Amino acid sequence: MHATAAVREALVTNGKSVHDVTVDICSRVEEKPSKLWLISIAFSLGLLTVGAYAIYLLLWHGIGMWGLNKTVGWAWDITNFVWWVGIGHAGTLISAILLLFRQKWRMSINRAAEAMTIFAVICAAMFPIFHMGRPWLGFYWALPLPNTFGSLWVNFSSPLLWDVFAISTYFSVSLVFWYLGLIPDFATIRDRAANKVSKAVYGALSFGWDGAAKTWSRYESVALILAGLATPLVLSVHTIVSMDFATAVIPGWHTTIFPPYFVAGAIFSGFAMVLTLLIVTRKVYKLEDYITINHIELMNIIIIITGSIVGIAYITEFFIAWYSGVPAEQYAFINRATGPYWWAYACMMTCNVISPQLFWFKKIRTNIASTFVLSIVVNIGMWFERFVIIVTSLHRDYLPSSWAMFYPTFVDVGVYLFSLGFFLFAFLLFAKFFPVINLAEVKSIIKSSSEKVSD
Amino acid sequence: MASGKNFVLGIYDDEDVLLDAIKIRGAGVKIQEVYSPFPVHGIDDVLGYKRSRLPIAAFLFGLTGTCLALVMQIGMMTTDWPMIVGGKDFLPLPAFIPVTFELTVLLSAFGMVGTFLVASNLKPWGKPNLLDIRITDDKHVVAVDLDVNHVSETDIKKVLKESGAQEVNNKIRE
Repeated sequence: MHATAAVREALVTNGKSVHDVTVDICSRVEEKPSKLWLISIAFSLGLLTVGAYAIYLLLWHGIGMWGLNKTVGWAWDITNFVWWVGIGHAGTLISAILLLFRQKWRMSINRAAEAMTIFAVICAAMFPIFHMGRPWLGFYWALPLPNTFGSLWVNFSSPLLWDVFAISTYFSVSLVFWYLGLIPDFATIRDRAANKVSKAVYGALSFGWDGAAKTWSRYESVALILAGLATPLVLSVHTIVSMDFATAVIPGWHTTIFPPYFVAGAIFSGFAMVLTLLIVTRKVYKLEDYITINHIELMNIIIIITGSIVGIAYITEFFIAWYSGVPAEQYAFINRATGPYWWAYACMMTCNVISPQLFWFKKIRTNIASTFVLSIVVNIGMWFERFVIIVTSLHRDYLPSSWAMFYPTFVDVGVYLFSLGFFLFAFLLFAKFFPVINLAEVKSIIKSSSEKVSD
Repeated sequence: MASGKNFVLGIYDDEDVLLDAIKIRGAGVKIQEVYSPFPVHGIDDVLGYKRSRLPIAAFLFGLTGTCLALVMQIGMMTTDWPMIVGGKDFLPLPAFIPVTFELTVLLSAFGMVGTFLVASNLKPWGKPNLLDIRITDDKHVVAVDLDVNHVSETDIKKVLKESGAQEVNNKIRE
């Protein structure tokens, strides 16, 4: 049973009943696609087409089509990879960590956030796979499969291989977690379905769910254990991604602060992307009673906290570079801030450190328009953070004769557009055919946390 | 799983009324199962359900994952083709931690969810045997199997009605 303090703000407003929740969410699945949805799908398909051409060039001619050179061997590809993985951190954080902390405000945002996580991780995985150059052989390079080429096994001492395991585990566990939550909601759609096709499809998707108390009891213990497993998992993923850099000897990468700093940055960018998507979804689907200003404010508070951790990490890195007394390390950081890529560094600092501090003002963090703009600013800032870490640490090699700059080509941009197009396309399909809000969880708090409206 | 055919259903609107209503078990009525649109906290205690043993399954699957990961890594890197990489030992245990952790989580999560699906008889081709279509919308249903109850049908209906049920229906399950 629930005990909710009287001062706590309602999580569902306007006196919605349990039946209203069903109708409000399911009717989005049942109605005909709107014009806006069709236009958005067409736009995402456009991005996918441009991207597909870039990918064709990449696969046919090889990764020389990217702007990489002998000095800058990682640039947009790995920047995009880390950016997408970071974005993919909010969903499981919301559903797992906030579940363990019994934060009920997670309930109306977790479904969409988890969907976003899954699509973002797929986008992320694209980049290292294409970076292999010949991805059709990638199975042998990335997985411990018996083979007859060269050295027998993959190298378990390498963070790149840890990444393979971390990302694929994270993806599959998040998928299972997400799907488990969808089963009861698919059953609701199945039982409302008017035509045979949707009855059959949602019938299969709902696994024959009948809502028995025994099943619910098991379901709840599974969800709790999964949350317990997913919590260290979500923290491990970006830790391991950061080790791709931290275990290298490149000045600017070789820092022990990376794991916590990357995890905070991931949560920061993940929440920003959740806000970007949910503000639009909320508006289009008229979900103002479920995703309230209160929800948006709480997410903005997480953005201030993680944004400040990221800011402190930037400053600490700089301080330690000076304090270490290692000239190469000092040079890497001075070059980062004042070298030819100073503008990327300035962009990162402004977007990630300064702009989220605006959320200290209650007016700004409870305003939809300013939240939307700032969430996009944070996403841009976090992309530049990864670009700064990767490219500025590489482009001035140990010998001045090897110094180089990185210039992206059409193929660099095109593959990035492909990932954006895929993300948008997948999210649109999700928003149309899946319940965007976790029905069962929201229904369970209607009695305790719904705003009462007197007649 | 319910096996009977003739049911009396008490249909409730409110989860707290439902929790109180389940106490009709005290009046000698045997409840077959309770169906809800969302998890009702505390219902398993009232119905006398034992705590799920799924956490044990999760632990055992996780342990399998840990062992498999270590055996695989040590087998490949230490025994089958020993190589020095980055000045590390032939048995670089600290470097094995990430993959061991990930495989532990992977097997534990998949094993537990798989066990849950099997134990709860959930499968894509599964046919739900819904006693009332509103269970997945907003109604809680207490199902009383007439074949196993010694209390008479009229008494059961009376008890259900008194416990706050909005509707009391008969249902014959195919």
